[in-house]
Amino acid sequence: MLSIQDLHAGIEGKKILNGINLDIKPGEVHAIMGPNGSGKSTLANVLAGRTDYEVSRGTVEFLGKDLLDLAPEKRAGEGLFLAFQYPVEIPGLNTINFIKTAVNEVRKYRGLEPLDAVSFLKLMKEKMALMNIEQSLLSRSLNEGFSGGEKKRNEVFQMAMLEPKLAILDETDSGLDIDAIRIVSNGVNKLRNKDNAVLVVTHYQRLLDYIVPDFVHVLYNGRIVKSGTKELALELEERGYDFIKNETSAVEAV
Amino acid sequence: MNSIEYFKERFEQWQPDAGHNGFGAIRQEAFNAFSKLGIPTSKNEEWKYTRVAGLFNKDYQFTPDPQPASVTAADVNRLRLPGYEEANELVFVNGFFSFALSVIRSSDLTVLALEEAAKNDFRELVAKQFGDSNKYIKDGIHALNTAFVHGGVFVHIKKDQVLEHPVYVYNITDARSANILAQPRSLIHINENAQVQLVETYITLGANQSFTNQVMEVTVEKDARLEYYKIQNDGDHTNQVSTTHIRQTGKSNVHTVTVSLNGGLVRNNLNLILDAKFCEAHLYGLYFQTGNSHIDNHTIVDNIKPNCLSNELYKGIMSDQSTGVFNGKIFVRPQAQKTNAYQSNKNVLLSDTTSVNAKPQLEIFADDVKCTHGCTVGKLNEEGLFYLQSRGIPEKTARTLLLRAYSADILEHIKPAPIRSYVERLIFERLESDIS
Amino acid sequence: MKTELYPSKRNDAEDELRTIEETVFSDYKYGFVTDIEADEAPRGLNEEVIRFISAKKKEPEWMLEWRLKAYSYWLTMKEPGWANVKYPRIDYQDIIYYSAPKQKINPKNLDEIDPELRKTFEKLGISLDEQKRLSGVAVDAVIDSVSIGTSFKGQLAELGIIFCSMSEAIREHPDLVKEHLSSVVPITDNYFAALNAAVFSDGSFCYIPKGVRCPMELSTYFRINAENTGQFERTLIIAEAGSYVSYLEGCTAPMRDENQLHAAVVELIAMENAEIKYSTVQNWYPGDKKGVGGVYNFVTKRGICKGDHAKISWTQVETGSAITWKYPSVILKGDYSTGEFYSVAVTNNYQQADTGTKMMHLGKNTKSRIVSKGISAGFSNNSYRGLVHVGKNARNARNFSQCDSLLLGDKCGAHTFPYIEVRNNSAVVEHEATTSKIGEDQIFYCNQRGIPTETAVALIINGFAKEVMNHLPMEFAIEAQKLLAISLEGSVG
Repeated sequence: MLSIQDLHAGIEGKKILNGINLDIKPGEVHAIMGPNGSGKSTLANVLAGRTDYEVSRGTVEFLGKDLLDLAPEKRAGEGLFLAFQYPVEIPGLNTINFIKTAVNEVRKYRGLEPLDAVSFLKLMKEKMALMNIEQSLLSRSLNEGFSGGEKKRNEVFQMAMLEPKLAILDETDSGLDIDAIRIVSNGVNKLRNKDNAVLVVTHYQRLLDYIVPDFVHVLYNGRIVKSGTKELALELEERGYDFIKNETSAVEAV
Repeated sequence: MNSIEYFKERFEQWQPDAGHNGFGAIRQEAFNAFSKLGIPTSKNEEWKYTRVAGLFNKDYQFTPDPQPASVTAADVNRLRLPGYEEANELVFVNGFFSFALSVIRSSDLTVLALEEAAKNDFRELVAKQFGDSNKYIKDGIHALNTAFVHGGVFVHIKKDQVLEHPVYVYNITDARSANILAQPRSLIHINENAQVQLVETYITLGANQSFTNQVMEVTVEKDARLEYYKIQNDGDHTNQVSTTHIRQTGKSNVHTVTVSLNGGLVRNNLNLILDAKFCEAHLYGLYFQTGNSHIDNHTIVDNIKPNCLSNELYKGIMSDQSTGVFNGKIFVRPQAQKTNAYQSNKNVLLSDTTSVNAKPQLEIFADDVKCTHGCTVGKLNEEGLFYLQSRGIPEKTARTLLLRAYSADILEHIKPAPIRSYVERLIFERLESDIS
Repeated sequence: MKTELYPSKRNDAEDELRTIEETVFSDYKYGFVTDIEADEAPRGLNEEVIRFISAKKKEPEWMLEWRLKAYSYWLTMKEPGWANVKYPRIDYQDIIYYSAPKQKINPKNLDEIDPELRKTFEKLGISLDEQKRLSGVAVDAVIDSVSIGTSFKGQLAELGIIFCSMSEAIREHPDLVKEHLSSVVPITDNYFAALNAAVFSDGSFCYIPKGVRCPMELSTYFRINAENTGQFERTLIIAEAGSYVSYLEGCTAPMRDENQLHAAVVELIAMENAEIKYSTVQNWYPGDKKGVGGVYNFVTKRGICKGDHAKISWTQVETGSAITWKYPSVILKGDYSTGEFYSVAVTNNYQQADTGTKMMHLGKNTKSRIVSKGISAGFSNNSYRGLVHVGKNARNARNFSQCDSLLLGDKCGAHTFPYIEVRNNSAVVEHEATTSKIGEDQIFYCNQRGIPTETAVALIINGFAKEVMNHLPMEFAIEAQKLLAISLEGSVG
């Protein structure tokens, strides 16, 4: 589904990603972990197409298409979804209106008829029940004045509405208490099926107790330096990132 | 007196540059401007709410040249601000800088007659920086100061030096025997990575009328830091137009606090020109007016370069028949992306006979900016008052407490402790006596 | 394709978005010229021209005298220069001050209107045909200088409501006109008001009798058609004690390379417990992308809350005109009276707008609220200029002002000039203003959800302007939203 080859990218002339290789297949959950500044969020943003970042080398193929060639909204149309680490507030823009616009734009991209008001409402009610989200939140301006937990729930709700093929969760756990993490993770788990995939970007192992990954990759200095199964996350939790740093510098010294 | 005629006569008879010439052409140009513009009337947008023309009809004595010293060291002794023992003190008498009365304690502080500086080592600096304020203030009063520039001072703080002694500036007007017009002028240069605290005040001696028309121009270089405090608490029979123009030519930090407690008519022009990336400027003001006094604060923050931050907070307490004006302009030039500019003006009206005119302005030509301004005019917080009263605090005490708290927002930004406690005491005493 | 100006359905999100899409890529679509023969005054301005206009309108002598007085005063005045707008000197002798469509017959009823004119209004989406109207909106249509017909007259007359053209009011209701005309905006008020008084040729007149709630929106649609003409209309609305009226005004003009002058005067009078709601969607031709042509819109609008508990509310969406100079104001004379001003002003390309309001608090316990949203794009300049004056006797006056500016692009300017004058200490006046831009992160967030940039901008703009749009009568809201999108077309991305 997603195939990243030798991806190099940076921002304002500063190199951050130094050759990422990663393959994700339908039905899989991958986790990317790493210390602060290792390039986790950069990877998420580059995949979603943020223009501040420049890709200097490498390729990304998504469902057979050259992802890097597509505008951000086209990537969304293809089925890529980024749950933002810091969801953006847009004062005055009603959340439902926003989601409806998004759903119908994505449908248009996929050659589907736009949903009429009734079917949209039906779909929304269904997903609201699934995500345990209340109408009052959705009647407010997009993310404006939302608590951290509300913002993250809203992200996952949007994910449910847009039904992406690949969802990237960028530090969705940051700033959340354990109850909020549980709610958000439950939401994600309910959306998982054999045809879609999830890429979880996180600093801590805790989220992975709830969204259990098939593979864990450790990012350090813009490179995946170690890959493994969920046990790797536990090991990291126990030993800290220092052991990775030490191992890496040892390797680099050789 | 017909002011233009009066000054014209003075100007024509005057021979200031016998011996040396630095400012002849500048003076003439300014005088021409003055003759054309005259004293501003309320038709001038910048003077809409402040009437000065009438004041100029009084018979002021104005001498373009320094007179034999009428003010003695003993006089100065009585007026000194707290903390003077540790301060450099610069004294102006009737608009002329007095070396005799001034005290220089810091070796990193250069103090020269303006004409002297213009001739010698600082020639280029003076040529470049003198008159910078003319680009922002284009009225007759401002031109009048420049037309008669003489006896001013040049102050230089050396590169990399942190002045441990603050610089106190006393503008003394001796009106014991006549009405006096004084026009002090100064040019201050704070060199790279230098730091200084400037404290300025105004005192009129005697019971006659005084009018001080002052211009101070300051340049702040890269990595330098300026703290500027203006304390105005002169008598009811005194009037002033006080211009402080500060250009930040390098990434630097400026912090100003203007406290206006008394004076017949006080007009302050404070200009902050943020002319380098990442400049920071903080402008605070507190005005507390009683009687028939009039206070007018005009501020300009001009964001010329990107990434600058300015923060402005002016608070007023108005009582009796006093009148107040706040006019704050924020410019954001086309190149000044990522400007952050905040401005807030708050006014508490204690009596029914006072009035306030406020005009907070934003003029923005860049798109990636965050600018906000706010302005409120109203009574003292009634709910707060009731709350305190309901806890058993008598009304008068409650009012005093609330107004002290209101002022504290500004006063806490006065960093030299002796000056801060001095101003706090003045306000407290006024609250004790006036607000009943 | 014909767009309905007043769709009966409100604001469903889907409609909203579809209309935005439809319109985002279209140019000024009202820029057609109707080929109608016109009856014109000779070019230029002098007493003869004023006599000509007055005679054309078959006006009584007092009206002519009133005009001539205004004209002689105007001659002594200077064009004001304080607004934050720049334009070349206007040659007042190069303007045609009166132009009326030559009609075959003088219509007794709307069915007799010249088919060409009828078509013009149909192109604009306004049906003059009462049977075809979906919603109850009575329309007075003014083309160039003259009202060409008013709908729903009979129905309104039953309630005692007078809704007719100004010329008709002068002839049929001279006492009302005499009493109120120029009582709010004196002929000496300002340069353009004096000019208007001298040469105005028509406009709308409304009179709502005591205790009557006008059952439908009253609306005037203004259009400049002829070349080199100025439009000078004058509107007078009188709401007697306890009455209510909601009034809508819309304007368009053809695309022409030269600038056209529009100097209107609107006066509103609200008696005790009366309420007037006045809404404008101003879409005069703004000039082309290089700033050539467009309407100079120099308008004086003022209302007075004469009686206690009266209320006047101005809502405006300003998207057109090369230059807008306009400050709909309220004099709050009656105790407990209320003034409101809700405004969205959009400028793009080389447009200039200097607009805002004056709230004059004279009576006790008076309240005012100002919400101004300025959106600047292209090379345009957009200024808010407002005055809140609290007089000595205006005990317990309250004002709240909110002025927000949104910038799109880095060649435009947003300016805020609020004046606050407080003369007593029982007042509470609050002013807040912010300036911001549409953030790249906001656009990216929308893009990531599959929403293209143009649509994202339209969504954000509509969110920004929502507080004002909500005050528009529903018939106008959708039209106004479409206009916002059209006006900002191509300004982002």
